[in-house]
Amino acid sequence: MDNTTHAPSHSAHPGYGTFIKVWVALLVCTFALVGLAHLGQGPAVWGLLTLTPLKAGLVFYFFMHLKYEPPLLKVVVLVTLGTLLIFFALLFADVAFR
Amino acid sequence: MTTQPSYLDYTGNGTGLKAWLTSTDHKRVGLLYLYSMISFFLVAVGIGVVMRLVQLYPFQHLVKAQTYNALFTLHGVIMIFLFVVPGLPAIFGNFFLPILIGAKDVAFPRLNLASWYFFMAGAILAILSLFTGGGAPDTGWTFYAPFSLKTGTNISLAVFGAFVLGFSSMLTGINFIVTIHRLRAPGMTFFRMPLMAWALYSTSWIQLLATPILAITLVLVILERFFGIGIFDPAKGGDPLLYQHLFWIYSHPAVYIMILPGMGAISEILPTFCKRPIFGYKAIAFSSMSIAGVGSLVWAHHMFTSGMSEFANMVFSLLTMIVAVPSAIKVFNWVSTLYKGSIDFQPPLLFALTFIFLFCIGGLTGVMQGALAINVHIHDTYFIVGHFHYVMFGGTGFALFAALLYWFPKMFGKMYSKRAIYASWLPLFVGFNMLYFGMLILGMMGMPRRYYVHLPQFHWMHVFATVGSWLLVLGLLMYFGTLLYAIFRGKKADANPWGGVSLEWTIPSPPPLENFETIPTITTGPYHFAEEEK
Repeated sequence: MDNTTHAPSHSAHPGYGTFIKVWVALLVCTFALVGLAHLGQGPAVWGLLTLTPLKAGLVFYFFMHLKYEPPLLKVVVLVTLGTLLIFFALLFADVAFR
Repeated sequence: MTTQPSYLDYTGNGTGLKAWLTSTDHKRVGLLYLYSMISFFLVAVGIGVVMRLVQLYPFQHLVKAQTYNALFTLHGVIMIFLFVVPGLPAIFGNFFLPILIGAKDVAFPRLNLASWYFFMAGAILAILSLFTGGGAPDTGWTFYAPFSLKTGTNISLAVFGAFVLGFSSMLTGINFIVTIHRLRAPGMTFFRMPLMAWALYSTSWIQLLATPILAITLVLVILERFFGIGIFDPAKGGDPLLYQHLFWIYSHPAVYIMILPGMGAISEILPTFCKRPIFGYKAIAFSSMSIAGVGSLVWAHHMFTSGMSEFANMVFSLLTMIVAVPSAIKVFNWVSTLYKGSIDFQPPLLFALTFIFLFCIGGLTGVMQGALAINVHIHDTYFIVGHFHYVMFGGTGFALFAALLYWFPKMFGKMYSKRAIYASWLPLFVGFNMLYFGMLILGMMGMPRRYYVHLPQFHWMHVFATVGSWLLVLGLLMYFGTLLYAIFRGKKADANPWGGVSLEWTIPSPPPLENFETIPTITTGPYHFAEEEK
């Protein structure tokens, strides 16, 4: 009922150094994806399936401050990602066995 | 009892239409949904009757073939997106969820009103699509690719309408989840919540998690039509089956968005008219959650004949069988609640029992289709049409009728003529079964769905079903006519005409503006019929 009990948890902000490191990591992933796309459809798809979630994870974790949020919020995000993974697995039950 | 004016008499927000269109009171928003949805429902019923007349006079060209395609598309779009999906949550969820958990309103009242505006905006866009561009959509309500990408009819606007409607659904879902988590009265633990609140909670999670998938899929259809991005178009290396997957990842859980709140309403009605606590409270609560969970993983049973892999067929067939288990748990618990109850056979109970009967036929014909070999035989036949009308209309529709009869005295402070409602039930029940059981038989005989004409051997059953549709419409007119009359001329209703024990029956009829003079403290479960338990 009481909204004021929710203490702000933004005391630990990352520094610019962390942001730049993450940005460089994102750039490396992007270049890797472009490179994989030149190797054919197979490597491109697998690259997208692995590196894109990694990039999204870095953005969530650092740029969107998930790292500094309470555990409950992390669990909520994980549950959502888990649901998405289940959907993917069931889709692959079709695509991988056609 | 209370010094507050009823929500209907409150004039602090002005009077007339403006007061209704700007009110953030959850009860008024619920009624806005009720009136708009019943209007859409009656339009779609009219379209359904025209389709039956086309089948009654095949080859007479009552309407053109293209118009027939538009009619079944429109019937489906209105019924699904404007009636059964928002159906019980938007009407009774909005009106009763805060009252059932002892709150003054939903968590985000303005968002609640905004959701109704999204709903109306989506509806207007869908209606505009009929008269603009290339004319009324003709794909069926499923908008299957690649036809939806190629047809010259006005698919893009209709699809955008459905996209906007999705926002209404998501906003309602998130509002209810936050309301249940944050606004329960002191002492109202999760296991003291009425089962309607549990059903709405399960539904809200599906609305929140599944609807975005439909939204993005529909955006992809629009992008494909305007820019030819090639994600679904096989001519460009796209995969039309991907469209079906994405569409049903939302639209099958949507079936549970439609039915779960109906099941919640039935779980409220039965204890009240049996004067005893519901049998298996926790089993029903958990079965709602497991239907929401497992029901999200069965979507591809709509695609057994589409060319999907055999392995996927087997996986989804198994999952489909599993989802029948929690549904059956509910039915067994409802029937067990009746056992040795002090049954008071009032109109809401009659409609609730009719729901159970019709839902069982709908559910069991669904399990039949989950079997792969049978599915190949009956796919895309009238059997499917009969099945989902048993679930959607016999289930959700009759649950809505039962809920409306149950809560009508509370919502409007008026009582309807019980005799007239009993009289309306007979043509409703007989007409319903003539129409939709007729369709089940037609499907088994091999009559394909969505066909403009039919072979002579199917004609007698089409005549039988069409006569049923007339009875059904007669029953609907009697039912809604009785309730409309009661709103204006009905006798004043007591605060607790049915002898219910959940929180809504502790406040006046119609409820005061903020529901409770003081927020109640909850000390028992929701169906505590103390006298009967002695």
